[in-house]
Amino acid sequence: MKARVYVTYKPGVLDPQGQTVCQFLQNHGQSKVRDVRIGKLIEFDLEDMPRAEAESLLTEVSSSLLANPVIETFRVEMP
Amino acid sequence: MTFAVITFPGSNCDRDCHHALGAVLGYPVRAVFHKEHALGACDAVVIPGGFSYGDYLRAGALAKLSPIMPEVRKFAEAGGLVIGICNGFQILCEAGLLPGALIRNRSLRFVSRKVMLRVENTRTSFTSQYEPAQLITVPIAHGEGCYVADDRTIEELEAEERVVFRYAGPRREDVPDGNPNGSRNAIAGIINARGNVLGLMPHPERVCDPLVGRTDGASVFRSMAAAVAGLRRADPPAVFVV
Repeated sequence: MKARVYVTYKPGVLDPQGQTVCQFLQNHGQSKVRDVRIGKLIEFDLEDMPRAEAESLLTEVSSSLLANPVIETFRVEMP
Repeated sequence: MTFAVITFPGSNCDRDCHHALGAVLGYPVRAVFHKEHALGACDAVVIPGGFSYGDYLRAGALAKLSPIMPEVRKFAEAGGLVIGICNGFQILCEAGLLPGALIRNRSLRFVSRKVMLRVENTRTSFTSQYEPAQLITVPIAHGEGCYVADDRTIEELEAEERVVFRYAGPRREDVPDGNPNGSRNAIAGIINARGNVLGLMPHPERVCDPLVGRTDGASVFRSMAAAVAGLRRADPPAVFVV
């Protein structure tokens, strides 16, 4: 089964990469872009298992490794 | 006074540490590979700079799960001195041995140059051999050295004088407020609450050998040796003398 984990900076944590991209877009005529935040998308291929089990597995690896709780949050997504 | 220097896959300052501590300062040095499950007999642990695991995921994120890290944690919990330099600082933060995190430099550039640091607290096991507020010149070389933590942590670090080194000019404008990476409060190095774990982005081991022109960093390691000697004497109180 496929699953995805999104890791993003917490609100308030400086994202210089996102800021730079945002500024670049604004400077290139995309005046409707207000803000850009850049994060990570991590795709998983898991053995088949009950949805709840997969969710708890992904939550565990996300909170212990994929995201640093000091600066990041994560979201698990399963189709 | 024996230092254990840990090598992770991708460490690249481990040899510098061996050279500075051994050949230059004359301390016995143990080389410990990250896959080992014991530190062996040592008085202090050095986690050197580099790019452990290629900085994949986040700098230091994968190294914190190496087999040797539980041993480092035990050593620190027992009061042993641990110093993390550059990638070593990142690893200590990822492992939760120090608060906060190190993120991408605000300039988005890898910055490799000498910086001036102010020694903010000389009553620590890592800085006793410096003068209060002494300015030292130490090289930095990092892309992810911007120290961040929540407001409460920053206030706590400042109130408890746990900001040990601070970037102090001369004001080259890598980022608008003049510090090289955008760290909050221009923080370059901090200690844990107990005072036995130090993390810093600058490289003191690169300014120990007179051959390179400056020896500003040597006092970090001499301070550690003095602290260990003081603990061994166990003269009441077990605090070293400046």
